[in-house]
Amino acid sequence: MFVYADNAATTKIRPAALQKYVEISEQFFGNPSSLHTAGQRAKEELERCRAKVASLLGCNTREIYFTSGGSESDNQAIESAAIAGAKKGKKRIVSTAIEHHAVLHTLNKLQKEGFEIVLLPVGENGIVSVADAEKAINSNTCLVSVMLANNEIGSIQPVAEIGKLCRERGVLLHTDAVQAVGHMPVDVKELSCDYLALSAHKFGGPRGVGALYVKTGAPLFNLIEGGAQERGKRAGTENLPAIAAMAEALGEACENLPSYMRRVSALRDKLIENLSKIPHCALNGDREKRLCGNVSFCFEGIEGESLLLLLDDKGICASSGSACTSGSLDPSHVLLAIGRVHDVAHGSLRLSLSEDTTEEEIDYLSEEIPKVVEYLRSISPVWRDLQEGRRSYIL
Amino acid sequence: MSLYSEKVMDHFKHPRNVGVIENADGIGEVGNAKCGDIMKIYLKIEGDIIADVKFETFGCGSAIASSSMATELIKGKPLKDALTLTNKAVAEALDGLPAYKMHCSVLAEEAIRAAILDYYKKNNLPYDPELFKERDHEHEHEGSGDGE
Repeated sequence: MFVYADNAATTKIRPAALQKYVEISEQFFGNPSSLHTAGQRAKEELERCRAKVASLLGCNTREIYFTSGGSESDNQAIESAAIAGAKKGKKRIVSTAIEHHAVLHTLNKLQKEGFEIVLLPVGENGIVSVADAEKAINSNTCLVSVMLANNEIGSIQPVAEIGKLCRERGVLLHTDAVQAVGHMPVDVKELSCDYLALSAHKFGGPRGVGALYVKTGAPLFNLIEGGAQERGKRAGTENLPAIAAMAEALGEACENLPSYMRRVSALRDKLIENLSKIPHCALNGDREKRLCGNVSFCFEGIEGESLLLLLDDKGICASSGSACTSGSLDPSHVLLAIGRVHDVAHGSLRLSLSEDTTEEEIDYLSEEIPKVVEYLRSISPVWRDLQEGRRSYIL
Repeated sequence: MSLYSEKVMDHFKHPRNVGVIENADGIGEVGNAKCGDIMKIYLKIEGDIIADVKFETFGCGSAIASSSMATELIKGKPLKDALTLTNKAVAEALDGLPAYKMHCSVLAEEAIRAAILDYYKKNNLPYDPELFKERDHEHEHEGSGDGE
């Protein structure tokens, strides 16, 4: 059996999106900046896509900028708010400890440039506290950046509440909604955000394309200089086939959202229930406020990369936050932020479901994962020490 | 997966000499759970020959494969050969390891020497401390990032 359970890494492109990609490539191949008919037809299609994406996010067409994806959108939003903040002498940025590296590394860079970066902690459930955010915002704060849903542990953040707070204080709010869009209702007005980043390949669109929502009036500076595309804010010939495929995928995702969420969250809950029976394991992230397709566990006494390799051998594609899977010394910053110590953070497993996930696949995962965990424990000196009382259980 | 050679995958999926030796003559454990790698080597020594060797490993695919290969390389061999086993020899026998996984082969080398030292000490046997001094190894680690 082949089970693709790594949809938080990337999704398989939706057939309708792929069809759109081909159709637009063939029929709207002109450069939207060209004056001739072929160009103008492409331009019209580009603006239709923009209008569609805007309506699905609840904003004006002029507030959507197409980019190369989530990372670029995050970078541009944060850099823009920082530049505008610095001009007013406001150089404090508040974010969280569990952001994606697209946000964290941008913040690290700004810190080196003299910005004060405050990373809020999260609770054991992987959710940031609104009260902490409120306390962290001061008169020097130019930006708050809080992800809508976490990519590793699926925890959904109180962005709308933080958004209200930011509006009251006159502080810009950016949200990295890369994992959320297409997987939960997302409305920029409800979130009261000034920037929102999304990426097409997380909801069945193609790679290399995304969008940035920028509220009218919020500062926006270029990362990429050149032509006057995207109203002069993002140079480079528009990737129209990919943009159209993204709009198609988002339309389909949003249309099916209630039934998708109902069905997939039921599968998620079943898988969580089944895997929870494995001794000495723990669910990562909040039990309720989590993405409908996210299942994340830590298993004591084993290491994640070996777990992934053995699961791959059984046709199961999953992911882990262990150090060995990323080539770094430390396990995932997200797992550390929710209080998992290194010893158990190395033994993490993330399964991310999609609308293609079936009951049979959940049964297969529920059957195979415990076997692999048990086998790896049987050859682990750590597990032996735990079993024989030379080491105490953490989970 | 093409991250590892076929040999690494073979030793990872079908590890040789995995398990425990009851009343082992020498036991060596290196690494720590915090770093995500622990290797434990058990030796049965007859005369100056490694009559049997078993291992237990908590760690990634290359850590398990390195332990397996290292035990194969020393099983039935004289102690002096086991003492000169290098991490490079383990990695080469596995048809290579990715640069940032070379520390797994280092752990295998160190675990074997720790087990032999344990044997010498338990039996009050004379040994050359030079052989057990910490060696310089290149520990390579590349940048982090989850690539999503």
